[in-house]
Amino acid sequence: MTDTTVQTSASGRPLADPSKPLVQVKDLEVTFKTGTGDVHAVRGVSFDIYPGETVAIVGESGSGKSTTATALIKLLAGNGRISGGKVLVEGKDITGYSERQMASVRGGVIGYVPQDPMSNLNPVWSVGFQVREAIRANGVASGRKDIQAKAIEVLQQAGLADAERRMEQYPHQFSGGMRQRVLIGIGLGADPKLLIADEPTSALDVTVQKVILDHLESLTRELNTALLLITHDLGLAAERASKLIVMHRGRIVESGDSLEILQHPQHPYTKQLIAAAPSLASRRIHSSTGAAVTEGVDAIDMLKLAVKHEDTEAVIEAAPVMVSVKDLRKTYSIRRGGFKSEPLHAVDGISFEIHKGTTLALVGESGSGKSTAARLVLGLEPPTEGEIVVGGQNMAGASAKQLFDLRRRMQVVFQDPYASLDPQRSIGAIIAEPLKVHGVGDRVSRHARVEELLEQVALPTELAHRYPNELSGGQRQRVAIARALALKPEVVVLDEAVSALDVLVQAQILQLLADLQEELGLTYLFITHDLAVVRVVADAVAVMEQGKIVEAGPTDEIFENAQQPYTQRLLDAIPGAGIEFGN
Amino acid sequence: MSERTTEHYVAPVDPDEKVEVDRVKLSERKSNLWLDAWRDLRRRPLFYIAMSIVLVVVVAALFPSLFTDVLPNNDCFLENSNAGPAEGHPLGFTRQGCDVYSRIVYGASTSLSVGLLVVAITAAIGIPMGAIAGFYGGWVDSLLSRVGDIFFSIPYFLAAVVVMSVLSAHRNVFVISLAIGGFAWASLARILRAEVLQVKNLEYVMASEAVGRGRFSTLLRHVLPNSLTPVIVYLTIALGAAITAEATLSFLGIGLPNTIMSWGNDIAQAQTSIRVAPMALFWPSLALTITVLAFIVLGELIRDALDPKARARR
Repeated sequence: MTDTTVQTSASGRPLADPSKPLVQVKDLEVTFKTGTGDVHAVRGVSFDIYPGETVAIVGESGSGKSTTATALIKLLAGNGRISGGKVLVEGKDITGYSERQMASVRGGVIGYVPQDPMSNLNPVWSVGFQVREAIRANGVASGRKDIQAKAIEVLQQAGLADAERRMEQYPHQFSGGMRQRVLIGIGLGADPKLLIADEPTSALDVTVQKVILDHLESLTRELNTALLLITHDLGLAAERASKLIVMHRGRIVESGDSLEILQHPQHPYTKQLIAAAPSLASRRIHSSTGAAVTEGVDAIDMLKLAVKHEDTEAVIEAAPVMVSVKDLRKTYSIRRGGFKSEPLHAVDGISFEIHKGTTLALVGESGSGKSTAARLVLGLEPPTEGEIVVGGQNMAGASAKQLFDLRRRMQVVFQDPYASLDPQRSIGAIIAEPLKVHGVGDRVSRHARVEELLEQVALPTELAHRYPNELSGGQRQRVAIARALALKPEVVVLDEAVSALDVLVQAQILQLLADLQEELGLTYLFITHDLAVVRVVADAVAVMEQGKIVEAGPTDEIFENAQQPYTQRLLDAIPGAGIEFGN
Repeated sequence: MSERTTEHYVAPVDPDEKVEVDRVKLSERKSNLWLDAWRDLRRRPLFYIAMSIVLVVVVAALFPSLFTDVLPNNDCFLENSNAGPAEGHPLGFTRQGCDVYSRIVYGASTSLSVGLLVVAITAAIGIPMGAIAGFYGGWVDSLLSRVGDIFFSIPYFLAAVVVMSVLSAHRNVFVISLAIGGFAWASLARILRAEVLQVKNLEYVMASEAVGRGRFSTLLRHVLPNSLTPVIVYLTIALGAAITAEATLSFLGIGLPNTIMSWGNDIAQAQTSIRVAPMALFWPSLALTITVLAFIVLGELIRDALDPKARARR
């Protein structure tokens, strides 16, 4: 701030000196004490945030990105502490601050938007109460009326329509996007100079994510608030932030101008990340120069995966139909108090075909009915109406025996690798379970098959005697794939099978799935919310909205020439969609 | 901001550090829930203390002659009534002139049998009721849960008092265990049902069904083993509580008949001469307290060991 001319922002607050950093982090070290010794989560991290600037920290889980963010406001978990370095907020080192001193920093100088909108609002208090509480705590306003007025203003600012009425409602009456708006409102309630947003939209649908981020961006620009965005999504980070910090294993591996890093990454890890990010691959498909990004790095390139699918379009039509679904309907009745009930059309008359050896992606946001459709195809639930034919076998008229046999030909991989493997069974037993249930082979031959399958998914065979808790998410997903392949199925349903994985691991699994498809002639039904992934894995796409398929066709056609506004909206919402790769 | 240029920082690349994605890192030792729990228990001194008390009680129950040569109901001479310790009788005598130490040793088998029987009965009714109610849901759940609620609403101790009074002609270890266990299973069923409700929605259960495994088989193979943690903890603690319940019923005179050696009976009889010979009351009470405490502590230790979060906190 200079004493001669005082600029003011839209909010009437004097503008901070843009040439002086707002927050300076110097050689930050964070250590967590655990039962097995100290864990150094953040090791020698340094960066600056200037007033009004948007900085993104990108990294995989365990990279220390969230820990760095929480260290800035000293909200580390109980067993964590800042073990070295400095955090200067407006020139003052806060590492030695007491809880009381920190209270003046939190909220007022640095606001915080937590990750999960579903669990970060207290369900027993009204939304308005929680906003008012934050405002009172930050001392922005005093007196019932002023606080109420400020709360309404904050919520309106956060984009909550009809704020005055909705304030007295409770969190469960709000959708995920609405809750996130409330949290952003609380974070911005005291006009902080820096807002930390920790994965603010990763729990939300892409279209909602885009709206929320757009809003956050315009809001912080208007108030001249600096924004520290923590995310796992490189595309999203590059699109939203001017400065990018890439973290890996507690260290910064590369930082600088976003576009510069995307186009000319230097560090091998950054190169790997960019190559593996499906959202960026979708962009790079249109540009030839983008391909140069990963030169000289031993990495799985999404671009190559995508290109493979581009050539096969002619082959698709020639292949016989493996799965055929006609006018499939599933209606649930929802109780509405008393003895009344209302029908809910979860799947509302969908039809599609999948040709042998190809991949159909069923895309939709939460509540679109895509997972219900998968359950119907798998025969885990009976359809209300419609026909499902798998490999010539109509499921509707099938006897119990025929259905049981059909299970051999159709297998599934679920989303959450931490929930899809029984923790009390060894990996070998898990993979052998389908063989055992179907009475295939004896003990010896089953064991041989388990080893063969482990090799197929590139896992060491000695894993057979180990338990799932020793494996990472990606490795567990490999085990789940091995289990799905045990009976040599023809069709594999992949229900959000890569959604829970970090990008590098996701890329690896996608590559594995592609290899297995080619090797074994598998037919995939790929259920996902992530259009970016679709681009690299699917031959054909069907977009679902509210139980109906709104648009379907070959992947390239949909991506280049979407007819429906909904599809277009989904495509625009892919993070990184606005990045120009060609220049 | 425009005049400020952002420096492009690149960390030095360590050529030795080959970035291999998602490498399988296996520790030397195998690890799973039960192994980890066992390793955790082995490191805790309290576990050894509780375990040795339990072991002593078990050995005393099975082979009382290892601990004493004196038979509890023979050699009772009224001239020894309420006498203090003597040669070969370290804890003195009861009012009837019987050896206190010997009666405690022989009483262990009753306490332990009642404890184990009650736990077996509780488990035999509670586990199927809770597991089936939770897993199948719908009307099955409503029916079984309401039955459970009926039993839950009757204080099991009161019920046991009534049953034992009615069956006064048939008082023995089995009847008293049935009277306690027959009314105590409802809380176990509730605990298990809640756990099953949570486990049955996990994807590995769905995965098992997608493979073609039947519903009941899935319940036995996947759901039940993964819901057993709270059951084990509950049963260990229930064992201690059952021993107390038997002692209380016997103390009230509606438990086991005098002919069966039992800590509860001894406490009841010693009560009449508490002013002259308090130690005859003290020793069986101490045996009871220590045994029950050992089982409860064991239950708590097992609960901590089976909960990875509790392990991490320590």
